[in-house]
Amino acid sequence: MPGLLRPGKYFMQGNIAIGEAALIAGCRFYAGYPITPSNEIAEWMSRRLPEVGGVFIQMEDEIGSIVAVLGASAAGVKAMTATSGPGFSLMMESVGLASMMEIPSVIVNVMRAGPSTGIPTLVGQGDIMQAKWGSHGDYEIIAYLPNSVQEAFDFTIKAFNTAERYRIMTMVLADQVIGHMMGKLIVPDYSEVELVEREKPTVSPDQYLVADSRYLIPPMAIAGAGYRVNYDSLTHDDRGYPSVDREVSFRLVQRLVRKIRENERKIAEWEEYETDDADLLMVAYGCTSRSVKEVVKKLRREGFRVGLFRPKTAWPFPWWRLRELSERVNKILVVEINMGQMVHVVREYAARDIDIMHVPYAPGYMPDPGYIEGIVRKVYGA
Amino acid sequence: MSSAVDRVRLKDFSSIALSTFYKGLEEAIRIDRMPHIFCPGCGLGIVLKGLAEAILKSGIPIEKHVGVSGIGCTGRLPGYLKIDAYHVTHGRPIAFAVGLKLANPELEVTVVGGDGDIVTIGGNHFIHAARRNHDINVIIVNNFIYGMTGGQYGATTPVGSYTTTSPHGHVEYPFNIPLLAYAAGATFIARWTPIHYAQMVDTFIQMFEHKGFAVVEIIAPCVLYGERNRFPSYTDMVKYFRDRCVIDNEADLPKIGISLDPKEPLVIGVFHKVRKKTYEELYRELIERVSKGGAKE
Repeated sequence: MPGLLRPGKYFMQGNIAIGEAALIAGCRFYAGYPITPSNEIAEWMSRRLPEVGGVFIQMEDEIGSIVAVLGASAAGVKAMTATSGPGFSLMMESVGLASMMEIPSVIVNVMRAGPSTGIPTLVGQGDIMQAKWGSHGDYEIIAYLPNSVQEAFDFTIKAFNTAERYRIMTMVLADQVIGHMMGKLIVPDYSEVELVEREKPTVSPDQYLVADSRYLIPPMAIAGAGYRVNYDSLTHDDRGYPSVDREVSFRLVQRLVRKIRENERKIAEWEEYETDDADLLMVAYGCTSRSVKEVVKKLRREGFRVGLFRPKTAWPFPWWRLRELSERVNKILVVEINMGQMVHVVREYAARDIDIMHVPYAPGYMPDPGYIEGIVRKVYGA
Repeated sequence: MSSAVDRVRLKDFSSIALSTFYKGLEEAIRIDRMPHIFCPGCGLGIVLKGLAEAILKSGIPIEKHVGVSGIGCTGRLPGYLKIDAYHVTHGRPIAFAVGLKLANPELEVTVVGGDGDIVTIGGNHFIHAARRNHDINVIIVNNFIYGMTGGQYGATTPVGSYTTTSPHGHVEYPFNIPLLAYAAGATFIARWTPIHYAQMVDTFIQMFEHKGFAVVEIIAPCVLYGERNRFPSYTDMVKYFRDRCVIDNEADLPKIGISLDPKEPLVIGVFHKVRKKTYEELYRELIERVSKGGAKE
């Protein structure tokens, strides 16, 4: 494929790897608004997209950016935006819009320190809950948590694939450390890269129903294809017409969440490190998991039975595996760069009778291994 | 207080057979969705009919017409057209249209929105899309009020008006939409009322033909506005349009703000039409320039 990053070994910045992955995934439209620390993605896409025949546009704000992404995808082009902090907050309304209209779309959120303007140049992991609950009403998204340049690349391709497969908005919740990290990247042969395209309708326009409830994921007619249908942000019936009917509206909302809930075991991913005989299970993700892994390595050498459970998807959360592990360990310690977000999910799904602790940490920096090690030693009373 | 809507009642209209009203337009209108939700006395039904007629006369295959709208009474209009229609969130249809058009330049993308949707909550998207001269059409049905939510004031509500959120009289100055569009860079600007049906349809067709950001303001009667402001009967605003409209294609745009003062003229016409390269054309040239530079390793 001309113009795409060739298979091979690279030393690359996380944000650039995200851009190159998007191009390989088939992304040909980017709309965004400048915001630190995600800027390199927009800058790279503005240079690269025209090289592969795609379109880059810098919009007037983040609201316009994500809505333009949805418009482009509605016309059949894989599309994305990238943002951080306040920009992600501004996009929340359209998370619901993407869900309601079932338009495949990708947001890369390079998480930074908040609240508000916070520290734009430094790291945070404070958008875990917002990603899932930030838009009003009931909806599902898929959110990936890369902890390396390689995963930033891999998960961006996955985000496009699952967006297309489930007709849903997906997110790559990177963080400032991962976005700005230089690291090794292996681009596989294109033949090894799975690419998914949304299902197109095969019936004639008069037979086609835009929100056909006989399907879990209805085929998607794109604009201009001759189906002449109404896509509505209002609660709608199978034809896409607005409805306030009790059964019609509940059927729609149920289907929108069932798309993901019934497939969560296919979508969710995680990594386990030294969990087989662990008595203390640490839960961490993104850049934080790199510090935690160092701590696990060091303390294992000293005989502490500590392990790491690293969700690679925040949403859907791999709760069944956490529950299994929680039945074997004595304590769980959640480390994240916020004052307590994923810990709530862990508390919800862990076996009830164990001690779940949290390391609140939100200074704009990732916790050093030494800091975490000190806390773990206290937990062991050592 | 009996409202204008109560006084009119549907019985006055029940004798009008839908099939007659939309005769010849069945190909462009979703008859299965009739009757529409617009109030008796509202201008939107006429705009719907006019737009359907213009789409059929445009010479552009109906499959390539796409309607985009946001929230409000006017936001419901494209859903009644038998075209690909996207009814998105409040204020955002222009941004959605920008994405559609850039992704597929063959689409004829028309945004239909009210004054609240396009120049109030969506004002930022409006001015920037005009500035970039995207090849999209924007029909702004200006009825001076938020009708769907019950009659609150918006960015075009004339100063002194009474609305549900200005019960003591409105103290803000309104936007002059053609002037705003001109200043922002729109390349086609027109204004009509629903009683100028033939001109409106003709202007819609010109708007489809125009390459660039086209703005057509339709001054629409609204019973919710009228009942509190000098136009108590549903025909009063229409009578005002009939008596006070002045067609002036050369109008000085700073002077055509709307006060709805029955003593003041209401200036309408096709005010501005200029050909300037569109964003889509410029970006296509950019892609050709870049691709000549060869693929990146």
